Amino acid sequence: MAIDPIEARGDLRLTRITKSYGDFKAVDDLTLTIPKGSFFALLGPSGCGKTTTLRMVAGLEEPTVGSIHLGETDITTTRPYQRPINTVFQNYALFPHLTIFENIAFGLRRRGLKDVKEQVEKVLNLVELPHLAGRKPTQLSGGQQQRIALARAIVNRPALLLLDEPLGALDLKLRRQMQIELKWIQREVGLTFVHVTHDQEEAMTMADTIAVMNEGKIEQMGTPADLYDDPETAFVANFLGQSNLIKGKIDGSDGDNLVIDLFGQKISMAKSRSHAVDSSLYAGIRPEKFRISRTGTQVRGNTLTGGRIEDVSYIGVSTQYVVAMPWGQELMVFEQNDDGVPPFNKGEEVVISWEPTFTFGLRGDEDVEAGTEVNPEELDE
Amino acid sequence: MSTKVKDASIPTIPFKARLSRWFGRNLLRIYMVFGFTYLFIPVAYTFAFSFNDSGKSNLIWKGFTLDNWQNPCGAPQICTALGNSIKIGLLATTFATILGTMIAFAIGRYHFKGRSSSNLLIFLPMATPEIVLGASLLSLFLVFKVNPGFWPTVIAHVMFCISFVVVTVKARIASLDPRLEQAAMDLYANEFETFRRVTLPLVAPGIAGAALLAFSLSFDDFIITNFNSGTMMTFPKFVYVAAARGIPAQANVIGSSMFFLALAIVIAGQIVNRRKAR
Repeated sequence: MAIDPIEARGDLRLTRITKSYGDFKAVDDLTLTIPKGSFFALLGPSGCGKTTTLRMVAGLEEPTVGSIHLGETDITTTRPYQRPINTVFQNYALFPHLTIFENIAFGLRRRGLKDVKEQVEKVLNLVELPHLAGRKPTQLSGGQQQRIALARAIVNRPALLLLDEPLGALDLKLRRQMQIELKWIQREVGLTFVHVTHDQEEAMTMADTIAVMNEGKIEQMGTPADLYDDPETAFVANFLGQSNLIKGKIDGSDGDNLVIDLFGQKISMAKSRSHAVDSSLYAGIRPEKFRISRTGTQVRGNTLTGGRIEDVSYIGVSTQYVVAMPWGQELMVFEQNDDGVPPFNKGEEVVISWEPTFTFGLRGDEDVEAGTEVNPEELDE
Repeated sequence: MSTKVKDASIPTIPFKARLSRWFGRNLLRIYMVFGFTYLFIPVAYTFAFSFNDSGKSNLIWKGFTLDNWQNPCGAPQICTALGNSIKIGLLATTFATILGTMIAFAIGRYHFKGRSSSNLLIFLPMATPEIVLGASLLSLFLVFKVNPGFWPTVIAHVMFCISFVVVTVKARIASLDPRLEQAAMDLYANEFETFRRVTLPLVAPGIAGAALLAFSLSFDDFIITNFNSGTMMTFPKFVYVAAARGIPAQANVIGSSMFFLALAIVIAGQIVNRRKAR
């Protein structure tokens, strides 16, 4: 027996979705399951296909190929108003001719529900703006409009709430505050949230699971910690935070570890963290995992010698160093200012060391620049 | 310390510089006063002469009277002509607004073959000299054996009003954020509900403006009407014919009334808009 799609509940499953515009594939053979009740983020640079994916889930676009299921119900071709899915639009899209109350009541009224007044008041209390019910959207500040847009969507208690860059138009301080509030509201109402953003920090703060998208495909999916600590591709390594990627060769193994030759210096890393397909690989280390010591001091773990401090930037919580290595590469090192060691000076000879477990390995044929050329802060979408 | 004492150490600004500063600040205001004077002198003149105790010809001031305002239909045929003009105006406005709004939505919202050429063709009636349009329409009606009169005039008016409606409504549609309609659909409104609850209310001011424009265009059209109305009298035709013998002061009464009616509508519109924005 087929159920009305509006009643559908359960996990969202995208199966082999492709969306083409002429020759251009905005989304390319995407398969994805978003578990019910999770806070899921689609993260990627402008034009990576994340917004197109969201619009297909909302029903505003139809996939060229593939299917979308909510629970057991196929919703691929149903109209947006037949889906139990609501969206918080990028610029909120509040109806300018209606009051805040009527904006929020819009979805309830269209479905012919009874206790509209009560529900609208409840959700206005949830977003802490009950006094604005009688106003028009243009009389609200950006942050207030953002909350009303959220209230207008969650009042319907959809199976799925889509957030399209919901915080993009807010200033940094307000954005931080809203990130925490959104997360709290999601736990409070227990809905599935799918959040589209280009801001890696925003995704990491809020989401349980992040899918990093690039050129219409998912590069990697996992918890924020998984993605940050063990990126599988150079794109993920560079797009989420910063990474030092050093070209190397697998030179043998030692138990559960691999021995890697980095320009003649041997280091080790866990086999399970290598994504290399042959003997060539890039060894990846996050800048804050490095320690710097003066040449000649005793150090633990993996070491790389022959470095020279090229640049020093003191930024309060940490000091950021650029260290030039003998093979011509410059490595980023972030040192916490907590050990009483006086900062290093430009030109000093140093040794870099780190715990072997922090190393991750990428395929040797990767483009090490992938994901670095886009500065997420500068993009609108 | 008294402020009246002039402190010689503060440099004074020379008179010439102050004068040029004053002009710089007020030039726009002076220009505006001239502009509005130029625009409103004819209206004021028309209004003033509606109180003229004129008798037959309303060219020379002969004394103040309220007779014309108390008896606007006093001049023979004038109210029949006015009635015809209003009827034609209302009918033409209704049809032109409905058809024009539909065309505006088609051109403004949908991509179809021939969209850009229809966009261009819509402008043609506005660019064609009225005298040519009027004469061609008459010959067209005669070819189809339709005698000039009330309905041919309505059809002619609908024809030239549509272009203006399309242009006005299209501008409003262009400024409408398509995401609002997507948001409505996302919030369980089907296509019809979305149009009724979101699209139409947001485009309505444009449609209302277009309707007012259409009515005023239709109401005072003379050239096309003259060709296609036959013996039927309209208000502009009445004034034109009367001009040979002397225009009765009642024409000024009706003209002034129309002016004040239009003014009242505009002011009411402004008030409603401000209320809405609040």
